[in-house]
This record gives sequence, structure tokens and C-alpha cells, in this order.
Amino acid sequence: MEVLSLIGSGFLVALTPLNIGLLLLGCFVGTLLGALPGLGPVNGVAVLIPLTFAFGFDPTSSLILLCAVYFGCMYGGRISSILLNIPGDEPAIMTTLDGYPMAVQGQAANALAISGVASFVGATIAVIGLSLFAPVLARAAIHFGPADYFALYILAFATIGGIAGVDPRKTLLSALIGLMLATVGIDPISGVPRYTFDNFHLFDGIEPIVALVGLFAISEILLILEKSVKDRPKAIRVDRWMPQWSAIWPTRWAMLRGSGVGFVAGVLPGAGASLGSFMAYVFEKQKSNKKGTFGKGDPRGVAAPEAGNNSAAGGALIPMLSLGVPGSGTTAVLLAMLISLNVQPGPLLFERQPDLVWGLVASLYLANIALLVLNLPMIGIFTRLMMTPTWALMPVVAAITFVGVYGISNSVFDLELMVFFGVLGYVLRKLDVSLVPLVLGLLLGGDMERNLRRAMSISDGDWSILIASPISITLYVLTIGFLALSVWLAVRDHRQTKAERLTEG
Amino acid sequence: MKLRTMISVKLGAAMTAAMMVTAAPASATECIAPSNPGGGWDFTCRTIGRVLSELGLVEGNVQVTNMAGGVGAVAFAMVAAERPADEDLIVATSTVGVTQMAQGRYPAPLETMRYLAMLGADVGVIAVDNDSPIQTLAELNAAMAADPSALVTGGSSGAGGWDHIRLLMVAQQAGVSDLGAIRWVQFDGGTDAVTQMMGGQIAVVSTDMGEIAGFVESGDIRVLAVLSEEPIPAFPELPTAMSQGVNVIGYNWRGLYTGGQVSDEAYNGWVEKLETLYNSDNWQQAATSAGLVPIWRGGAEFEAFVREQAGIMEQISRDIGIIQ
Repeated sequence: MEVLSLIGSGFLVALTPLNIGLLLLGCFVGTLLGALPGLGPVNGVAVLIPLTFAFGFDPTSSLILLCAVYFGCMYGGRISSILLNIPGDEPAIMTTLDGYPMAVQGQAANALAISGVASFVGATIAVIGLSLFAPVLARAAIHFGPADYFALYILAFATIGGIAGVDPRKTLLSALIGLMLATVGIDPISGVPRYTFDNFHLFDGIEPIVALVGLFAISEILLILEKSVKDRPKAIRVDRWMPQWSAIWPTRWAMLRGSGVGFVAGVLPGAGASLGSFMAYVFEKQKSNKKGTFGKGDPRGVAAPEAGNNSAAGGALIPMLSLGVPGSGTTAVLLAMLISLNVQPGPLLFERQPDLVWGLVASLYLANIALLVLNLPMIGIFTRLMMTPTWALMPVVAAITFVGVYGISNSVFDLELMVFFGVLGYVLRKLDVSLVPLVLGLLLGGDMERNLRRAMSISDGDWSILIASPISITLYVLTIGFLALSVWLAVRDHRQTKAERLTEG
Repeated sequence: MKLRTMISVKLGAAMTAAMMVTAAPASATECIAPSNPGGGWDFTCRTIGRVLSELGLVEGNVQVTNMAGGVGAVAFAMVAAERPADEDLIVATSTVGVTQMAQGRYPAPLETMRYLAMLGADVGVIAVDNDSPIQTLAELNAAMAADPSALVTGGSSGAGGWDHIRLLMVAQQAGVSDLGAIRWVQFDGGTDAVTQMMGGQIAVVSTDMGEIAGFVESGDIRVLAVLSEEPIPAFPELPTAMSQGVNVIGYNWRGLYTGGQVSDEAYNGWVEKLETLYNSDNWQQAATSAGLVPIWRGGAEFEAFVREQAGIMEQISRDIGIIQ
């Protein structure tokens, strides 16, 4: 087994005292940054890049540190999703759907444990995939053209109605607002500014993390402010401090399925972790939501997206390392850093710098274990956060969000934008409109549009290119199948309730 | 009690993290990188700042400020409005910034600032897949001249961006009159475009060498021409466009500007310092290891170069209908 000996040599690189120290530091800082709303992998990597230059670490150590932060953020993002209903970073939005209801029911410790184990499973599967198949997968992913990506996004948006639907019309409305917001900024294809109102702060478009923090954190604060006028805020009841194994074990298949879906999304350079966690959730719901428990605190609804987002984050390293194509925002920053350290990602990286690649792979295995070990004992501490009275908690959350968002670009405009999104989020929540589809629209809309237009540029305006490849045809067939199944299930449920009503009546 | 301590610890950590992003050791000299950390302009400021203080050309450290937004427009507007005469301020820019100016996307025209120098460049390349029937630049030009819309081309910039304009400059030399007919596809980066070419989606890529050098080494793609005056040190065997009779220089240079009301004395002082920096081993090494080719143009020569480049960009943008 050649791979085993390569990984073995990688462990020799990763197990130097410096690299282990950096790994642990990275995991800890990453978990913390991920857990704090508004601070995420981008901040973490931005903080640490100057640091790696200042200390003059070699490329392998720098990459180990930054990837540990990256994985740590993916772990940490779920904590505030579950405890506060505020996602710590973009891919963690899906975890709010079932994680927060679980916490409200006193299951916070179990939700944290399930998401921790799911993150571990997802990330480990991704790293195994990375070490076994990276070059092969990268070669396969290049056959995904713009038309195929467009078909993938069509599939994603067709399933969006399946996430959090009291009323599918409101879900659709929310997704459409997100899609509209995604068009703001300089259009990268034509260079024309759209909906910027001659304000050059809007030229780069709306930074998703600013919108996310505004929509979730600020609106949550506004809702609590409103509530506390009416009645005294009560801290949430907590049933137990430590998680039970019996709650984690039944979600094992959800974790494995989520990992698989997420990994595929991660390997495709045009998709990324947000799409990975979203697709993992939707498919798990379609598969398992027999009793309508999803969205009301189903443990599988926590396990699937968490496994999905972590395996997507790991999968995204494959196109980054073997093709030099970043699969997500954070890998783009990692890539820029690698290039400035004189490492040339691309088809020859695995042959030219095996120390770096396999040292990284080995340290990712170690990072996963470190994160699990670091996170499980901390569940008890995090759970106690639920007991914090809101008068103490919310000002801190507000302070962190403002500091975090200002730290991204040193721009007061971003703070104003965040407050705007806070008010928008408050209004929408008052109208019972789910915010998750809005953020997904904003995150995925731009890429969906660009891939459609790329396909159109390639074909010179001939629409038939959209169904010209076997990949896109397969994806459209899947989409139609998914929609047909949803309609059929809805009709059946409707008939059943009707029949029940008749027998009762 | 325990809880409160924990919250304050968390808050403290967040504050430290945020301050580490914004604060750097104070010094009189400041370099504004109009991008987020990790971007190209950030590299320009950090490396030049580091070498400036290593060589003792400035006192203390150079403070690097990240001011992302509007592809450099936010920083440009701030300097124009608030610090046009600040002699201790330098701002990173590149061909990308000048393209924006040439197309009128900055709040003030090019002449608002004084351009100090370029210290290095990423060199443009025109490449095809390794199993493409096109073997030379002449064959590509013949194909484009025969039917401009026959080949699908792409790169990392949008229509009217530098990757696109460089290709059109080559096509123009080849006698293609209907530049707008050439099909151009934008991708999010040079490697993105190359992998899509390997996947058979497009036929020709025009982008910077730095990002895609790995594919040149591995033999996955065939470089038809590099758009520099001299062959580039990393790949001396690759032919330049000029050696094939096509007079196009396609540098994506990295350089600096300063406020428009800075005195001649301070301006010349900066140009002199930067020339010393350019000739140092420290810079030559830093630039080469970041995939740049060290190239110097400074002072009046650089001002003229920037204006000429902007003029060409404006003309081509008009020809293909990007600006009116």
C-alpha cells in the first residue's frame, strides 16, 4: 500500500513538537472563532496569515496551522447555531433548523455531542477520501462544466422548498429575496455595476457573513428585546449536562449519508460547504422525515448537515491542492497564502512536495481527533451558557457581532448594512418567513447566475447547451424525480388527513 | 461567577482577535492595500513594507492597512478626499486597478493620483490544451482571423478585464477587425479557466502565468506565447509574442501610487527609495518566490506607461462596447 507509507511519512512530518503545538493552537482558536457569531474562518485565517509571516514558519507548518483553524471553525460554527439560534458561520445555518429546537427542549448537550461526532465523522471521511482518491477525483471534477454546475444549482433550488416549510410560498419568497440580493455589485462577467446606487461600498456585492450576522444575530436581539418588555426572559431549562450515547448512536446512518453528499459537493470546485450542508439536510429529510419531526428538533437533522459541512470542507481541499482551484471562500485564502509561500498548487504538487501534502493530510487526521477530544468535554461548559440570563448574554453577543463584522473590512458601512439586515430579519421573522432560504439564495445565487451565463457565452446564446451533457441531464432527471416525489408525498398526506377526518367525523 | 468569567474570556478573545486584524506597530509610513489580507495588493504592501524597513529606507515598520472595496475604489476615494498631500502614504495598485480607472469605475479619473513605480509583474500567457490542434500563435491568429467566433476563449477576468483585453490586443495585431465577435468566458481564476479548458469547455485561455505555472510544468497545457519583452526566467524556452512578430506586452504589474498633491520632492524621494528596494536581493528574491518577474519602471517613465496602458484599455473597451 503506497498510500499508507506516504501517510506514514506524513505523520513523521506532522508529529514534530512545533507542528503539534500549532495544530492544537489552531484547533482551539478555530473552535472559538467559529463559535462566535460574526467571526469565522475568514477572520481566523486573516489573523493568522500575518502571524505565520512574522514567525517565518515553513509552508508545511503554516498550512497545518491554517487548516487546523479552518477545521476548528467548521466545528465551532455549530455551537452558537444550537445554543443561540445564531449560526457562527455560513455553512452552520442548516444546523439552526433542528439544533436550536433540540436545545429549547433541554437537549442541548445531546445536540452538541451529535454535531461534534457528526463533524468528526464527516471530516474523517473527507480526509480518507482526500488521501485515497485526491488526484483521481480532481481529474473527474474537471468534466463538470458551467452547464452542469447550473443544473446542480437548479437541483439545489428545487429542493429549497423542502427545508423549513410551514408555508412553501414563504420559503420561496425568502429564497427569491436572497437571489435578488445576490445580484448586487459589479457583475464579474460584464464589469457593469448592478443595484449599487453609485455607492462604491456595494461594488463588491453584499458580504454574506454581514447579511448572515445581521439576519440571525441582530434580529434575535431585537426579538428578545421585544419579548422582555412583555414578560421576564427565562433561561432555557437544561435536562442534563452530559450527552448520552443512546442519543448519538441512532443518528449514525444520517451522519454517513450526510458525509457522502457533503464530500461530493466539496470536491466540485464550484459548490462548497454551504451547498454541502444544505443538500445533506434536504436529502436526509426526504429520506427520514416519516413522522414530520424535522425542523422540530430531530437529531438526524443535526447530524446530517454537520457531517455534510465538515466533509465538504475537507473535500474542498482536493481541488485546491491538486488543481489549484479553490472550492470555497476559505480555501481561496489558503490558496493565496500557499502561492505567496512559493508553493505552486497544481497537478505536480503531490509529486513535487509530498512532505507538504502528506504532512497536511496526517495533521488533518490529528486535527479531527484533537477537535473531538477538545470539544466533547467542553459540552458541559457550553451547555451552561444556556443558563445565562439573556440580559447578560445578549449585550455580549451584540458586542461580538459588531467587533467581528468591523474586523472583516474595517468598514462602518458594513455595520450599517448589518443593522439593516437585522431589521429585515426581524420583520421577516415576525411574518413567519424562514431566513435560511434567504441566506442560501444569497450564497448560491451568484454562482448559479454566473454559471448560466458562462454556459451561454460558450454556446454563443444557444440554450440547448444546458442539456447537452450527460451530467446535466442526470441532474435534471434527479430534480424532476425529487419534485415528483415531494408532490406525491404531499398529495398522499393530504388524502390521509382527509380520510382520518372523515373517519373521525 | 464561573459563567461571567467565561463570557468575559470569550469577549476578550474576540477583541484581541479583532485588534490583531486591525492594529500593527505604529509608524509614520503607511501602505494601504485595497484588498482583504491574502490578496495580491496585500502581498504588495506587506512585502514592500517589510523590505523597506529591512533596508532601513523608512524609520520603524511600515503600517499595512487593509481597505477592501470596489476593486480599489474605496481606498482611491479616501486618498483623493482626505489624504491627497500625505507624503507618508503609499497605496498598492496594479493593472486591475488601472483597468477600472480606464473604464471610469473609480470615483475620480486616473490623473487624481501620482504613480510611483512598478516593481514586478505577473506575465500574461496565451495557452491551449495539450491535445489542441493549434500548435503556434500564428495558427491561433489565423483561426481567429478566419472566423472570430469559431473558438471559445476564457480567462479570470470579465469582458473588458485585463485577461480579455490582452487577448484582444493579440487578435487585433492578427488582423481581426470584429473584436466583439470573439467568444469570451469569465471564470473565477486562472486555474479555473485552465481546468475548464482541460475539461473541454473552452479552447483558449488568456491569463497570468503565476497562477497556472503548475499546469505548464506538468505539460497539461501548451503555451503559445508569453506576453513579455524578454522570455521569463522560470520558463526561458517559452516563446514571447514579440519573438513571433506580435507586438503585445501583457504585464499584470504590481506597483504603487501616492496622493495627487504630494510635492515633487517627496515624489522623487519615494521613486528613489523604491528603486533602491527594487535593486536589493531581498526584493528580487521575494518577488521571484511569489511567481512575479521583477521589472522596473519608475517616476515619469512609469506615469507615461500607466497612461498609455489606460489609453489602450479605454480604446478596446469602446471597440467592444463595454463603455460608451
